Amino acid sequence: MVSPGPDVRCAREHPEDSITGLAVVGGVSFNGGMTRWVLHLDMDAFYASVEQLTRPTLRDRPVLVGGTGPRGTVAGASYAARKYGAASAMPMSEARRRCRSAVVLPPRFRLYREVSERVFTIVRQLSERFEQVSIDEAFLEPEELFGADPGTVAEFVERLRGRVAGEVGVPASVGAGSGKQLAKITSGMAKPNGSVVVRPEEEKSLLSELPVRRLWGIGPIGEAKLRRIGVQTIGELAALKLGDVTSLLGQAHGTELHELAHGIDERPVTERAEAKQVSAETTFDTDRTDPAELTSEIVGMAEAAHRRLIASERAARTITLKVRDSDFSTISRSETLSSATTERDELVAATRRLAATAVSPGVPVRLVGVSYSGLTTAEQATLFQMPGNGEDEGVPHSPVTTRVAVLTTNSGQRRWRQGDDVSHPSWGHGWVQGCGHGRVSVRFETAATGPGRMRTFDSGDHELVAADPLDSLGTAGDSD
Amino acid sequence: MKIRLERDGLADAVAWVARSLPSRPPVPVLGGMLLDAEDGKLTVSGFDYEVSAQVGVDAEVETGGRTLVSGRLLADITKALPQRPVEITVDGSRVSITCGSSRFSLPTMPVEDYPQLPRMPELAGSVQGDAFSAAVAQVAVAAGKDETLPMLTGVRIEINNDQLTLVATDRFRLAMRELTWQPAESVEDTEVLVPARTLAESAKTLGGAGTTVELSLASSDGLLGLSGTTRRSTTRLLDAEFPPYRKLLPDEYSTSAVVDVGTLTDAIKRVSLVAERGTQVRLEFSENALRLTAGGDDEGSAEEELPVEFEGEPLTIAFNPSYLQDGLSALKADRARMLFTTSSRPAVIKPAGEDGEVLPGYLYLLMPVRMPG
Repeated sequence: MVSPGPDVRCAREHPEDSITGLAVVGGVSFNGGMTRWVLHLDMDAFYASVEQLTRPTLRDRPVLVGGTGPRGTVAGASYAARKYGAASAMPMSEARRRCRSAVVLPPRFRLYREVSERVFTIVRQLSERFEQVSIDEAFLEPEELFGADPGTVAEFVERLRGRVAGEVGVPASVGAGSGKQLAKITSGMAKPNGSVVVRPEEEKSLLSELPVRRLWGIGPIGEAKLRRIGVQTIGELAALKLGDVTSLLGQAHGTELHELAHGIDERPVTERAEAKQVSAETTFDTDRTDPAELTSEIVGMAEAAHRRLIASERAARTITLKVRDSDFSTISRSETLSSATTERDELVAATRRLAATAVSPGVPVRLVGVSYSGLTTAEQATLFQMPGNGEDEGVPHSPVTTRVAVLTTNSGQRRWRQGDDVSHPSWGHGWVQGCGHGRVSVRFETAATGPGRMRTFDSGDHELVAADPLDSLGTAGDSD
Repeated sequence: MKIRLERDGLADAVAWVARSLPSRPPVPVLGGMLLDAEDGKLTVSGFDYEVSAQVGVDAEVETGGRTLVSGRLLADITKALPQRPVEITVDGSRVSITCGSSRFSLPTMPVEDYPQLPRMPELAGSVQGDAFSAAVAQVAVAAGKDETLPMLTGVRIEINNDQLTLVATDRFRLAMRELTWQPAESVEDTEVLVPARTLAESAKTLGGAGTTVELSLASSDGLLGLSGTTRRSTTRLLDAEFPPYRKLLPDEYSTSAVVDVGTLTDAIKRVSLVAERGTQVRLEFSENALRLTAGGDDEGSAEEELPVEFEGEPLTIAFNPSYLQDGLSALKADRARMLFTTSSRPAVIKPAGEDGEVLPGYLYLLMPVRMPG
């Protein structure tokens, strides 16, 4: 009803030190109170940001999070590291080559989950309609924004980003549009640490220039099919007849993509069904053949998956063990229990039984993984506890101490590795910044302290003990 | 050895011994069946160091002797023989079986390599065959099948003067049966743990109406013997500690209900069709009605209401539907009394009579499924 404003303006401000990169695409407009506003919140370089939050020395520095062994991959890279060409999912060795100054840290998923929960607690407070996509991404559709004008949306978005940055301490980018597709595309445009609100009338022109690959549901195959008939942009896809699209991409899929290309996106924002399984897997630095060693690795994965099961607050009924040989042939074996359980010993025992059938003696193994499925919140309770089965007796079950036990048995003298959380009675909480030659250098700092001092110890120093990664949050951002 | 005997007697005897033979014998002779002919009788035996089975059958013995043949093969052959007298002759290293116009020739295995069957332990007492097999079946249903928890794969037999108590639990449910028996004079009070599967199998095939089953026990040798009129078996006891279960039995209840077993079983079967992977069925007890529900928004839901005689606090409790059905069918009664304390504590199910009175001797203790929230 109101004529469109000036041309699409994708300007974005990036003041050095703040979180106020805001752009409104299109001019000031209001379309009659019927606009639906979907927001997509995407944390910026989430894992690396959490590392920088809890280890302030790393702020503004290139940080790579991921497996540190020869076959490790990058799980997260800070923006400073990305400037050198490092990226997520890249082999760690490649990322290190590109960015030699980067600090490489093993992931601390429990901490990331905690920070993620804090962020989404804020988001839920601001919007009842909420859909978490992953640990660092969510859609929201705040009721108060229904029919609002883009300026109001932009204010809301900045309030949201401000609260996340202020109360949790990590940066987030937000995109807003009339549907999930637009919100997702605009949050990508807003990165890093910015926001973009796209006005309904401008959606089409914004979409039309983008490559078709940016549409949800178009992967390499769909892209190749479309390119063969000369379609490269979303605008060109929208210009096709519906019949042509469906004959190329299938009836249901083609129809949906054609609508999306036209900016029609009515998919609701709703809580997602919970994950169907929890799992843990590891790729070895060098192939393993020793049965005892393999079993202990498999049990380690069963325990790691169990911690995730507990975190998901569910019980599992089916245990699946995956073993990949050095020639990449993969064997999966699974067992279904008579009822779902959260008991570690029972899950580990089942995994051991599977290991006996899945691992062929003498075959070099490259990867092992354990997953639990048949997840349910209803757990068959037991009449009594089974006494320990002997093998695990004496080993406490808390994740931290288990980790230490594994480290000491696996690596003998080398007690610490870079990135470990430690604590010292005099200096407090810190992290291992370097170690070797019987010495360990610890940076004592948390999210609450600001950059801290480094101190060096003898690696056998008894005052230095393993600490809970969650302690690195200090008290900052402790919203509860 | 040269003998002649009735086809049915032979086939039954061989089939019974064959069920206790290992399906994959660790050494070939343990898959064998020992035939021993003497004094107008053929004795058929099998033994795999865990379980032994022996049965005697009348035969015309022309020449006595012993031979060892593949048990599986002998069972298949005798089952298929026509309804005619059977002649078994050992000639050197082969045994020939002739019946009507059929003739089989089997290789024998070295008898001297076959282990000595354990001697039957000392008699502990005797019990009515049908009562014993029914009692074992009522209890074995709750035994565990997980071999990594051996103490839960057995049935505990407690001897207390003229009272026998059988108990089994897989830690999700527990079944207990008490019955009277005739103890032998010398028997002392004791308790043993017997592999549930073997015990259930032996009890079923030994105990018929009107028969008596004798239990013999040698705790020091770790052996239980069971014998009927012509059949006897031994089984190795489990050397494991049964969990202390008496303290699990609740002594007071806040809610009590009497239900019709058939009606409730049918209703559980129906509503649990939508219970995802059979995980849980919820029971809501209130004044004069029992409401069953299962499933949820995602997988579909079902509900059904049945009449119930109810006393006490209204209660909602969830169970694994197959465990609940196991318990109801093990009652061997048309009515059941269900007793509860809270929705997170074990429930007790007992057989009940026409007026809802508890029929003594059996209980099924079932742990509920934890409900979310």
